[in-house]
Amino acid sequence: MNAVLDLRGVSKHFPTHAAVKAVSLSIEKGEFFALLGPSGCGKTTTLRLIAGFEEPTEGEIRLNGANIHHLKPYQRNVSTVFQNYALFPHLTVRQNVEFGLRRRAENHIDKRVREVLELVQLAGKEIRYPSEISGGERQRVALARSLVLAPDILLLDEPLSALDPNLRKQVRAELKELQRRVGITFLFVTHDQEEALSMADRLGVMSAGELQQVGTPEEVYLRPKSRFVASFLGAMNWIGDIGVRPEVTRIARERQRQDERSRPATVVRSTFLGNCVHVEANLADGQTVVAEVSRVTEPFAAGDAVWVWWESGDELRFE
Amino acid sequence: MNRLRAWFLAPSWAVMLALFLAPLAIILAYSFLTRGTYGGISLPWTTESYQRLADPIYLTILWRSFWIAGVSTVFCLMLGFPLALFISRSGKRKDLYLSLVMLPFWTSFLVRTYAWMFLLRDTGLINTLLEKLGLIHGPMPLLYNDGAVILGLVYGYLPFMVLPLYATLERLDRNLLEASADLGARPWATLMHVMVPLCASGIRAGAILVFIPCLGAYLTPDLLGGGKSVMIGNLIQNQFTTARDWPFGSAVSLALMAVVMLLLAALVRRNDEGLL
Amino acid sequence: MKRGGVGLSVYALAAFLFLHLPLLILAAFSFNASRFTVWQGFSLRWYAAALQDSQLIDASWNSLIIAAVATVVSTIIGTLCAYGLWKRRAPVLTGSLYLSLVTPEIVTGISLLAFYQWIFRFLRVQLGMHTVILAHISFSIAYVVIVVMARLRTVDAQLEEAALDLGANEWQAFRYVTLPVILPGVIAAALLAFTVSFDDYVITSLVAGVDSETLPMVIYAIARRGVNPVVNAISALIVVGFGGLILISERLRTR
Repeated sequence: MNAVLDLRGVSKHFPTHAAVKAVSLSIEKGEFFALLGPSGCGKTTTLRLIAGFEEPTEGEIRLNGANIHHLKPYQRNVSTVFQNYALFPHLTVRQNVEFGLRRRAENHIDKRVREVLELVQLAGKEIRYPSEISGGERQRVALARSLVLAPDILLLDEPLSALDPNLRKQVRAELKELQRRVGITFLFVTHDQEEALSMADRLGVMSAGELQQVGTPEEVYLRPKSRFVASFLGAMNWIGDIGVRPEVTRIARERQRQDERSRPATVVRSTFLGNCVHVEANLADGQTVVAEVSRVTEPFAAGDAVWVWWESGDELRFE
Repeated sequence: MNRLRAWFLAPSWAVMLALFLAPLAIILAYSFLTRGTYGGISLPWTTESYQRLADPIYLTILWRSFWIAGVSTVFCLMLGFPLALFISRSGKRKDLYLSLVMLPFWTSFLVRTYAWMFLLRDTGLINTLLEKLGLIHGPMPLLYNDGAVILGLVYGYLPFMVLPLYATLERLDRNLLEASADLGARPWATLMHVMVPLCASGIRAGAILVFIPCLGAYLTPDLLGGGKSVMIGNLIQNQFTTARDWPFGSAVSLALMAVVMLLLAALVRRNDEGLL
Repeated sequence: MKRGGVGLSVYALAAFLFLHLPLLILAAFSFNASRFTVWQGFSLRWYAAALQDSQLIDASWNSLIIAAVATVVSTIIGTLCAYGLWKRRAPVLTGSLYLSLVTPEIVTGISLLAFYQWIFRFLRVQLGMHTVILAHISFSIAYVVIVVMARLRTVDAQLEEAALDLGANEWQAFRYVTLPVILPGVIAAALLAFTVSFDDYVITSLVAGVDSETLPMVIYAIARRGVNPVVNAISALIVVGFGGLILISERLRTR
């Protein structure tokens, strides 16, 4: 167990509502961890509690074993990359990056700044101001500014949301690579499940202040522990208490199996999505299911009578 | 974080307490005392000063102050609205025009009041020009009356009406006006039934920013009214200097403050934007 | 709505003329060789008279000193106050500041006079430059707070959090991040406080001592006796001076 961050029963109550409820979480050294959930679920508040901008109402926050929750932000070896980067507009890129080092009056500032700027591929832009560089470059300045301080854990608040959508895939890969190279533990917060699934070593799903499940992407996607996690991480067909994902929901003109894992249905519509086809069908009780089928199969038309079926290993049951 | 902020607020607290609130508390106390034999204050405590306010002489002054302030405010609204409208439609030159409106205001109130003395007096520019043009045969008494005071006040506070009006007009959704026209309303109807109601908060703000200083005006009625147009401000000044009746002067001051606060309470709504 | 176009523009022109002509005329006649309202040639005699009048010069110095001291003090106090009020509520203080803005000057003036006279029973002091300066500080603070607060509202609240996150304590976050960013607003506030202080007549006249006559007080005294071209000259100088300061202030405020 090499936990760099340990949250034990952490709660944060505001006068109007409880934002975080008894969250317990352990993050390993060197992990790329994602905190995932819809807006308002408490993930950003959790981040702020770790950074020190809020004080927990209950619970303990330990960094490398030491209790930090009474420490101010500038006393914690934790650094945050803000959603809109919060670069100091009156300082150049270089001055932004060396800001933390100057406050600590450390040695070899110039050398360290140069190294980190090379690491994020911003060498040559030292004398520019934040207003003179692109959004992607601003993010890299924010990263450099935090990384140069060698924090025990780097917190990222929705790091990709401020970027152009077509940049995001590329930046995802770059962030992953960066983290691998520097070896610092990353904790990032997002509402985008695709981001979380593709980038994280492990992820935690939050809803309404509670941590619903923690696990690897495979674990959380294939073996969700609650209806919420199941629905949030991907599309889901609910047939009574049973959940089946569209990509494993089969559809055929003839009945393919004789047990209850097979239902008659009527096609509502068939939507061509480019890489696959989504067929919506209504079950006898009116419930709509979506089956993802390959392009190759014979197209289904509205009104067709079909059978919807699935394998027992693909079903998810919740109480 | 809180401790630093508390320290930062301390000097302002000290100044406000010592140099603003305490003095007000003192004249509050004085208003309940009696005039000393040689002026100033003395015991006993009494409400006599407040009772004197009901005297017709003073009620006339109060009424005149309200009237002058009211008329000035209305003029400011009528003159300021089209100007604010113009600026809100002037596109790129908005900032230039706004500066042009504000510039005179920041160049010394005293000088601007004096400028009207220069223009309005019997041998001033306006009379001289009119006489030269043969339109009148003797000087018109343009100065030293209520009209001159109103003119001076409108001139002085017009920018205070233009700015809030401009702020609301600028935020006005043009589509609403177009929708009104589309539905068959003529320009005047659109103005009265759509534009003006939507600018209500700006009109309220402008009215407050003009009426209240006008109500408590001192310099303008003093220089442009010449003693013939006594307003509350002149009365107060008089009580503290010539008449040396501090209790009464204090009572009038507090009555004025009370009126101002009542107006603010009545006109300021919670959702109007604050300056602080 | 386009139909109002030309009419509106003509009206606007008239309105701008209304606002600016009186001052322009005043300034124009400051160059009039004659003291009457009939143009009789260009002359600088009134400027010469103004610049040689010892009473005017002394009063100008007083005004300058008072305005300078009051500006520095009120700007510092007001900036700290605006920062303290930023994101934090202090209803009584905010209420007092608002009140100081809406209270008629005559009331502020006489209340300060009464306050000073009451204090003078315990301290052996008189009305003088110090009483004026204190009064000016008092009424200038609200103006400074408004201007700086407006500037603070445009500052990203997360900048300070970022500074704290990177290791700066609260004071350092203010000094190295927030203050530099709001500095143009602070300077604009200072210029505003200066003009408000320099121009004040009502409050100053009530709390000034015999030897602390200010320029507005002298101008008032002369104007009271009737029109005097020397006042035109001084006015022109003031208008140009203030106008320049305010233009700079506006530039800084919106930078």
